[in-house]
Amino acid sequence: MGYSCKSCKKCMLKDNFNITKDKDGLVIALAGNPNTGKSTIFNALTGLNQHTGNWPGKTVLQAQGTCIIKGKKCTLVDLPGTYSLLANSIDEVVARDFLCFAKPDATIVVTDATCLERNLNLALQVLEITDKVVVCVNLMDEAERKGIKVNTDLLAAELGVPVIPTSARSKQGLDELISMVYELATGNITSNPNPIPYDQDLEEAIQELQPQIEALLKGRLNSRWVALRLIEGDEELLEGIKNYLSQEELEEDRVEEKCAQ
Amino acid sequence: MAIEKPLSEMPIGTVGTVIENGLTGLTKRRLMDLGFIPGSKIEVLRKSPAGDPTAYYVRGTIIALRNNEASHISIIPHNKF
Amino acid sequence: MCSVNTDLSGRLETLVQEAKGKYSKEVREKIVDNIYREAENIAKRTVVKPPKKLDWDGKIDNILTSRITGYPIMLLLLGVIFWITIVGANYPSQMLFKILFWGEEKISTLFYFLGMPQWLHGFLVLGVYRCVAWVVAVMLPPMAIFFPLFTLLEDLGFLPRVAFNLDNFFRKAGAHGKQSLTMSMGFGCNAAGVIACRIIESPRERLIAILTNNFVPCNGRFPTLIVISSIFMGGALAAPYSSLVTPLVIVGIVLIGIMVTLIVSWLLSKTLLRGVPSTFTLELPPYRRPQIGQIIIRSIFDRTVFVLWRAVKVAAPAGGIIWLLANTYLGDSSLLNSLATAIDPFARGIGLDGIILTAFILGLPANEIVLPIMIMGYLAEGALLELDSLIALKTLLLDNGWTLMTALSVMLFSLLHYPCSTTLLTIKKETGSLKWTFLGAIIPLAVSVLVLFILNSISSLLLLMN
Ligand SMILES: Nc1nc2c(ncn2[C@@H]2O[C@H](COP(=O)(O)OP(=O)(O)O)[C@@H](O)[C@H]2O)c(=O)[nH]1
Ligand SMILES: [Mg+2]
Repeated sequence: MGYSCKSCKKCMLKDNFNITKDKDGLVIALAGNPNTGKSTIFNALTGLNQHTGNWPGKTVLQAQGTCIIKGKKCTLVDLPGTYSLLANSIDEVVARDFLCFAKPDATIVVTDATCLERNLNLALQVLEITDKVVVCVNLMDEAERKGIKVNTDLLAAELGVPVIPTSARSKQGLDELISMVYELATGNITSNPNPIPYDQDLEEAIQELQPQIEALLKGRLNSRWVALRLIEGDEELLEGIKNYLSQEELEEDRVEEKCAQ
Repeated sequence: MAIEKPLSEMPIGTVGTVIENGLTGLTKRRLMDLGFIPGSKIEVLRKSPAGDPTAYYVRGTIIALRNNEASHISIIPHNKF
Repeated sequence: MCSVNTDLSGRLETLVQEAKGKYSKEVREKIVDNIYREAENIAKRTVVKPPKKLDWDGKIDNILTSRITGYPIMLLLLGVIFWITIVGANYPSQMLFKILFWGEEKISTLFYFLGMPQWLHGFLVLGVYRCVAWVVAVMLPPMAIFFPLFTLLEDLGFLPRVAFNLDNFFRKAGAHGKQSLTMSMGFGCNAAGVIACRIIESPRERLIAILTNNFVPCNGRFPTLIVISSIFMGGALAAPYSSLVTPLVIVGIVLIGIMVTLIVSWLLSKTLLRGVPSTFTLELPPYRRPQIGQIIIRSIFDRTVFVLWRAVKVAAPAGGIIWLLANTYLGDSSLLNSLATAIDPFARGIGLDGIILTAFILGLPANEIVLPIMIMGYLAEGALLELDSLIALKTLLLDNGWTLMTALSVMLFSLLHYPCSTTLLTIKKETGSLKWTFLGAIIPLAVSVLVLFILNSISSLLLLMN
């Protein structure tokens, strides 16, 4: 096949995920359960008009837009809302592949303050894939109205990543959100998510597989997470690795030069 | 004494704990992701005016299932029995 | 470099195969359970919920999904929305007619003053301008009212309740419960409805939803339905109630559309798209207080202007073409007339006439222009009268032999006939198949011809018996 432009990061984003990225721009993904306000945040940040509305499933087209944060051009991607990332539906595969293989510079996990438990289920799964995550606890106004209180500082400590409370519709907390995303994406601050503790037998299995995976993937994917997928027999992921990782080659630098032409 | 019952046969207002998700394949995995896993608390909220589907409160959200799927999920009811 | 890749996936494959044999099937359940357990633990430590909440949502849901009040309330809401739309659009529509036709006069005067040739005036003013003016005057007011109202329901969280209430009918028809959500989107625009079908994952049920979305009257068809029903059926009740007739008729039309949707879905699931219903899960989100200001801005600027602009873009050339067809003579009859005459016998067989059917054929690019084309067709044939109000329109239609039966037939044909070309292109894009696109046009056409044929046979039979 020879070299195609497919091999460098920039072109790989363009070819596989249809994302155009500036040279030193950032790619930021919005993930979360359906109906948590992802599109509302997306619209507020990009000035675009994605369809919002109070019913799960209305965002059927993966949208992207740009916004400038502290002088840097950021590409924002509004991923489809999912309840999990275990690849049980097309939406979940799309969201998961994006997080795994497009490697956004930061991911905002939008959660619903009024039913945090269900939303944490997804947030924890995202944290297994990438540590560059800011958890946005949205719908704080609704929670307040219902008398629900969320201790976001404690939540940040529990999860090991920044947590920002917002009320996206009235644009509250969005400034804090984007500046935190910026800090994380540019590496000014680092996060350190606490791994989900699994049952003894699972942990043992992970320990056994993890080194082998690490040797193969060389840090390109979170090896603990891949180990778990192997344990549960997820073949979908293997497809993804074949599709995307093979393109990303060891000789990346040389290829990147070619692309620049 | 606690007896397992299919979720679909529970009257409105029942509160219980999921014991087993007896579905198979993708359907099972989907429902698991939605919180229909052993140990989850569940409440039968209401039926559609046409009798099917039924809305359940599970892990903080209201989710409607058709009887066909609900009949494969067994629960132990806490009240009324 | 290829060898490295094969090696990577090859060795991973081995790992997968090894793992497959090693771990039990229940392991996935355990993983899901462990993640949920962790989520539960964290939530327990970080969230404080009030002990006993006043469950307003539950109370509202009890009413909206009750055995007794569930369906009547849905119908009532639909009726109220149409009523507000129709009553509210009435006056602005009249205003727009006045303004736009005043404009036509002024432009005509200007044309004569500048000594422009007759044909140019005909093409630009009587063709292009008039068609656009009609589309704007008839469409803009109802859309500007309907869209915000509908968005309001959407933002409140009403749509999932509709899906919850109607699911059983769709299940029995072998279709997916979320089809009612895609149908709701179809009210705005069938192309949007077809795209919304992506929320249905099973390919079979998604195709059913795509192929039947046309039976929901979109915003391009509402104005036609409203105008015709208020002209021909508005007088059915005495003064204080007369404003209720049109909304009731429209609700009836929508109900017929839903019934046809269910029947066609059922037929499809028994023939071309056979299969078992897939899993249906539906989240009923909490009701949320809508932001009225946002809704109005969003629905007017995003939706109304967008849809109107699309209609105008089609109406302008269509108006010109119609004028040309009506004023280009072959022998002693115009092209339009020849076309209308040629299909007249068939059209009469299903209760329409040649001009009406011509209008529907030429209206393929956008349903909005069907009524304007019809009018221009009639106008081109007869004397040119001043058509600046609905009363004038009624006279025009009556002069051309319309009866209550014609009106009903036109409304049903508008509801059931093939989708507009934008929707057809969307079907092509979404299914990637010419076959399904073709069926997306031919099934509704067959249904509409069948329904009209039966209706008109019965009606002529009744006439004969009397
Ligand atoms: N009260 C309140 N409503 C919100 C907030 N954020 C979003 N919403 C509403 O929640 C619904 C779902 O939002 P949307 O952005 O479409 O969610 P998505 O499915 O995650 O993209 C919409 O009706 C929004 O108007 C918020 O902070 N407060
Ligand atoms: Mg969205």
